[in-house]
Amino acid sequence: MHLMYFTEQPMAAYDAQEGLNYGATALTFSNKHFDPVQGSRLYNEYLEDYVLAEECGADGIMLNEHHNAPFCMQARTNMFAAILAAATKRVKIVILGNPLPLSENPVQLAEELAMIDMISKGRLVSGFVRGGGQEQLANGVNPAFNRERFVEAHDLVVKTWTQPGPFRWEGTHYQQRVVNPWAVPLQKPYPRVWIPGVLSKETVIWTAQQRYPYIALNTSIEATKQIRATYDEAAAACGYTAGSENFGYLIRVHVQDTEEKALKNARQFMWMQGEFTGLAHPVWANPSGYFSPSGRRQFVEFAVGRAKNPRGNPTFEDQIASTMIVAGTPDQVIERLKYIISNTRPGIMGIWANDGNVSQEDRQTCIRLLFQEVAPAIKSYAAELGLKDPWEANAPVHLRYSTDLATPAAAAE
Amino acid sequence: MSVSWTDDTVEIAGVTLHVTRSGGDPQRGGRGTLLVLHHDIGTPDRLPFYDALAAQGDVLVPHFPGWGKSQRVEWLRSPRDIGAMMSWLLADLDIGEVSLVGLGYGGWVAAEMASQAPQRFHRLVLVGAHGVKPPEGDILDQAIISYIDYPKAGFHEEAAFARVFGDVSTDQLVAWDIAREMSFRTAWKPYMYSQTLPHLLGGIRTPALVVWGDDDRIVPISAGQAYTRALRNATMTTIAGAGHFVDMEKPAELAKLVTEFVAAK
Repeated sequence: MHLMYFTEQPMAAYDAQEGLNYGATALTFSNKHFDPVQGSRLYNEYLEDYVLAEECGADGIMLNEHHNAPFCMQARTNMFAAILAAATKRVKIVILGNPLPLSENPVQLAEELAMIDMISKGRLVSGFVRGGGQEQLANGVNPAFNRERFVEAHDLVVKTWTQPGPFRWEGTHYQQRVVNPWAVPLQKPYPRVWIPGVLSKETVIWTAQQRYPYIALNTSIEATKQIRATYDEAAAACGYTAGSENFGYLIRVHVQDTEEKALKNARQFMWMQGEFTGLAHPVWANPSGYFSPSGRRQFVEFAVGRAKNPRGNPTFEDQIASTMIVAGTPDQVIERLKYIISNTRPGIMGIWANDGNVSQEDRQTCIRLLFQEVAPAIKSYAAELGLKDPWEANAPVHLRYSTDLATPAAAAE
Repeated sequence: MSVSWTDDTVEIAGVTLHVTRSGGDPQRGGRGTLLVLHHDIGTPDRLPFYDALAAQGDVLVPHFPGWGKSQRVEWLRSPRDIGAMMSWLLADLDIGEVSLVGLGYGGWVAAEMASQAPQRFHRLVLVGAHGVKPPEGDILDQAIISYIDYPKAGFHEEAAFARVFGDVSTDQLVAWDIAREMSFRTAWKPYMYSQTLPHLLGGIRTPALVVWGDDDRIVPISAGQAYTRALRNATMTTIAGAGHFVDMEKPAELAKLVTEFVAAK
């Protein structure tokens, strides 16, 4: 099992009352509330935390990006990936992921990722995402072409990585008359691509058609089983049987020496929930044309307050009870994680360990306990269950490199 | 005032469009000039304003691709594309004298059509038209405000919004979401204007009337002034106590203005 450390890189050092007064803490919440002195401190602390996670035994560092919101300071995931390529020696640098539709030049993205792969000596995992609705608006990108741009940019990046240039790309959303970047990835045929997600069934199916691992982002155990069923069905249609190496699961976990302290800090995960689901306008998260037309009717009712948030609004206690959040001493956390793992059976686990205002001292205690005490027990349990990650399973990077297909490859190229 | 409308479908550029007509067969000329009315985004399919116009002459209301019952189309990229489809429609119908009336986004489509055929049309009426960058102020961004707040911002008085939309139905919300998507597909960047249209308006020979609500919070009135300056033969009129949706807020007043302008020698 691949166990990786994750934090949203929260910018909690602003006056929360300002956000409550404004009624939103995303997109249009003024960046005058961002304090670059605190920002500088936090960026450097988060970097120290990542380096510590490697020292303590983490297999990977998971990175992401968001825009215009205090819940995530990381606005360019490739920036931290490049820093970690030099600042770490062993961990996988797992970008989950670059929001492809935001790119006006996927060839440049392919080039940057190739550089990160070479500088890190082949430690890049290059995940891709559609990017949330707000990310489109924060970057002026047309939400109505989001999925088309995601697929086309992916195809262009992969072709750039795998086919010697120069070649010409005349697509629907991208046209590039000379594709011939001098930097190409160290890993062959190309760096592993993982696709994280929450809701979209179309993305799960597309991911299975590529034979890329799908990383469920803190979905409920029931929803995760649904995602697996959808993936399994699409995999079978492509001629392969999906295994643990095709699935990842991100879960919020906070560990301290005492349960009391762990629970106190874990409440900071609710800070994030408020940011994400409570204090943004629904039409920002889901601008017209972004989502599947089949969900249109349900969404418009939610957007004007006539229907409940389909994701619900569970309390902290509810989430502890349902294992959406895990908090406690190492022994308590090991027991809960075993329950989650036996029910979701992932080969990849992301541990989202710190959020909000948790102090650096407590964050680092959590990292030490996680990777020195919890991780060994979890990895040995996963091995007993036969849960392998993509490297242990020697999984093909893409369906087209499969050697075990029941029927000839019919992937969505 | 009783007006009869007939619904029809036509195929233009491989796309099935829904067309509503009042009066007789437009190919037989009906009662003089045919008014072709281009709708705004997110307005109901039929309005008292349309009836008021139809009481005075024959009116054709094509629904743009993706709107109302017209087929959605993936390749559409700009209101200029829609303008070309509308010109194709008029050619297929083989109608003679045509005046164009465009509301908001439909005004942009009408202006594009006139710029491509400077002598084709009898009269051109633009009401709160999108399509040019306002020299002062910005066009209101639908993407960041709620489904209900956007159309409300298009009325001077909230009571007028309530008269038209009442307790907004879920069908109406869905229609607004689709209207947003289609305007994003065709006018995302720059948002709701063309950088080239202002340079092309000067060729239009058609006498034009530019109408703006004096409290238009969706398309600033400076855009109307810019249209009026760029067109070679245009006059501008403002309507007091009206927002962007003059057609919904002051239907009788707007219908009278349009009818008189189109009938004038």
